[in-house]
Amino acid sequence: MADRAHFAEQAMAHMPALYTAALRLTRNPADAEDLVQETYLKAYRAFDSFSEGTNLKAWLYRILTNTYINSYRAAKRRPEVTDVEDVEDLYLYHRLAPGDGSGRSAEEEALAGFTDDEVKQAIEALPDVFRIAVLLADVEGFSYREIAEITEVPIGTVMSRIHRGRRALQKTLAEYAQARGLVGAGPAATA
Amino acid sequence: MDGQEGHGRCGGSGGSDVDCMEAVRQLYVYLDGELTEERRLEIALHLDECGPCADAAGFEAELRAVISSRCKDRVPDSLIQRVAAAIAAEEARRVPSGRRGDDQEGAPDRSPGRT
Repeated sequence: MADRAHFAEQAMAHMPALYTAALRLTRNPADAEDLVQETYLKAYRAFDSFSEGTNLKAWLYRILTNTYINSYRAAKRRPEVTDVEDVEDLYLYHRLAPGDGSGRSAEEEALAGFTDDEVKQAIEALPDVFRIAVLLADVEGFSYREIAEITEVPIGTVMSRIHRGRRALQKTLAEYAQARGLVGAGPAATA
Repeated sequence: MDGQEGHGRCGGSGGSDVDCMEAVRQLYVYLDGELTEERRLEIALHLDECGPCADAAGFEAELRAVISSRCKDRVPDSLIQRVAAAIAAEEARRVPSGRRGDDQEGAPDRSPGRT
């Protein structure tokens, strides 16, 4: 049983990560702050059920995502897109213009050129289940098993959502790269 | 979709049983470190032998690093204070007889012998 007196010293360290996740989920700083506060209160109240030595970060994330799904997503009024058009593997890589051998390649330019806002917007453009999966995997670095525990879905579903989410993310990033003139005919683009 | 056979002609005839299409198909799971050790070695061997696949894998790994590093936000001080205050208020509601502020070692209700 974890001791509530030690809650703050252990849990507060995760706030930057939780706040970033809350921003990507709610897409709104005021809601993100409310979500973080609600998460910490719930976590504090439930801390006696947390097993010391187990994964506190994953435990906090489960509270965050569940609170988001139950409180914030439910309150949205606009209809939610629930699926993504799946695109092929290496979608962005195959679209970047081949280099001419001189100077920086389109790949390097594209990677260097993505701004913080573009990456955040691209993630926020994903439907919820894919956004949560990509956030947990790529921004936070959780394993498939940890993500399965956090989201309470089977590992196979986790993998599918991560992979589809990443490909959808690449589709959005490719648009930004295209706006910079970095997308060429590509070796695999066939009309 | 045609995209996956773009570099199926690496010409490698080394020990790996994995061809380019397979390597690309497994690439995410490989980069996520979620393959079995045996499978991971097979993909790694293919990447050693196949320049085009290695380039693609390198790009995907770098893209992941870019996404992770660009997706950061500064926590407002006001939020930190708000949460700390909310927890403190909750704490005060739980301690009997308002005995807050005493600098006693250990919490009075800690169960002995528990991990």
